[in-house]
Amino acid sequence: MAVVAAKPSEEPKSNTKITGQTNTITLRISRSNPSEGQESTFAEFQVPVQKWTTVLEAILYVKQNFDHSVAVRYSCRQASCGSCGMKINGRPALACYTKVSELNSNVVTVEPMNNFPIIRDLAVDFKQLISNHKKMKPFIIREDSEVTPESKEFIQTPQDLEKFLQFSYCIKCGLCNSACPTMATDESFIGPQGLAQAYRYVADNRDKGKDERLKVIDDSHGIWRCHFAGSCSHVCPKGVDPAMAIQLLRGYMLGFRK
Amino acid sequence: MRESIIMKIHYGTALGAVALVAVHILMRMSQKFSDSLQYQNVIANYHFLPYALMLEVLLILLSVHGFNGLRVILLELKQGSTYERMINYGSLAAMAALIAYGSRTILMAGMGVS
Repeated sequence: MAVVAAKPSEEPKSNTKITGQTNTITLRISRSNPSEGQESTFAEFQVPVQKWTTVLEAILYVKQNFDHSVAVRYSCRQASCGSCGMKINGRPALACYTKVSELNSNVVTVEPMNNFPIIRDLAVDFKQLISNHKKMKPFIIREDSEVTPESKEFIQTPQDLEKFLQFSYCIKCGLCNSACPTMATDESFIGPQGLAQAYRYVADNRDKGKDERLKVIDDSHGIWRCHFAGSCSHVCPKGVDPAMAIQLLRGYMLGFRK
Repeated sequence: MRESIIMKIHYGTALGAVALVAVHILMRMSQKFSDSLQYQNVIANYHFLPYALMLEVLLILLSVHGFNGLRVILLELKQGSTYERMINYGSLAAMAALIAYGSRTILMAGMGVS
């Protein structure tokens, strides 16, 4: 990544060198610590970037050179783990999957995702997301098993697979829940992530747990609270379409689909 | 009652109300619009039993749909079991009250009591 320090009033702590053509951007990082009653403020850093520098790399540059106390959750750096979701210039996105150059701005503002409790700075609490995900029973439910000696593998045609394949790409990054306007007001709402996962298993022809799952989502804060804004599908970094899953699930609930 | 049943009723009442409101508007066109609003013509609507029945059904459909819509909005605004129970029973009560008051009006006008 790009490597020159750049806060005008501060020199970087590490002695890294420039490689390739660099631009300098202002990275505004939201700093807050609710457990200590600290309200949200923005810290600004001048960060050198190259055309391939991602927002996560820019944040790590700040941690490395200016302020190591910036709290950010990350792991794989390749949009597989779903850890580095945050609001980048107002839009929920994965920091490791967003290049600074594609934002077309010299000022990049990063904030914690909406609709999640903030732990500190950019790190949010995923407890509710994971709990809602678990409520959907995210596994194949049936009495027999393809690992028992007498049984055969459960055959699926490519068409059967196509029905749920895209929904199995979910990485639980929480961006869809962060973008959801219903989640902003209804904190008990299951959320697009959970509902899309419910559909993923309901649509799987190997699964026999449809009724159990439909019962879970048929709640006063379940599937019916979705207003089909579609923002969940818009922000998904893996191309999953939770809004479509919700509409298809409603088909099951209303008896249009079996 | 399960939420899916409530929402089926919600969608059904919406479709029914659209159809009946269309009939209601078309009935205004059977004469000049200003004439249709004349006192004796309005009262005549209530004396015509099929039309009075349609108004009664329309009243029920709109009350059920409207108050369930309000219930949904209020449930999204705030959460909590006491609050939710209050909203559920409150909307049911308001729904019943509006239907009762509207039915009384239709009945009294139909019987010529003003």
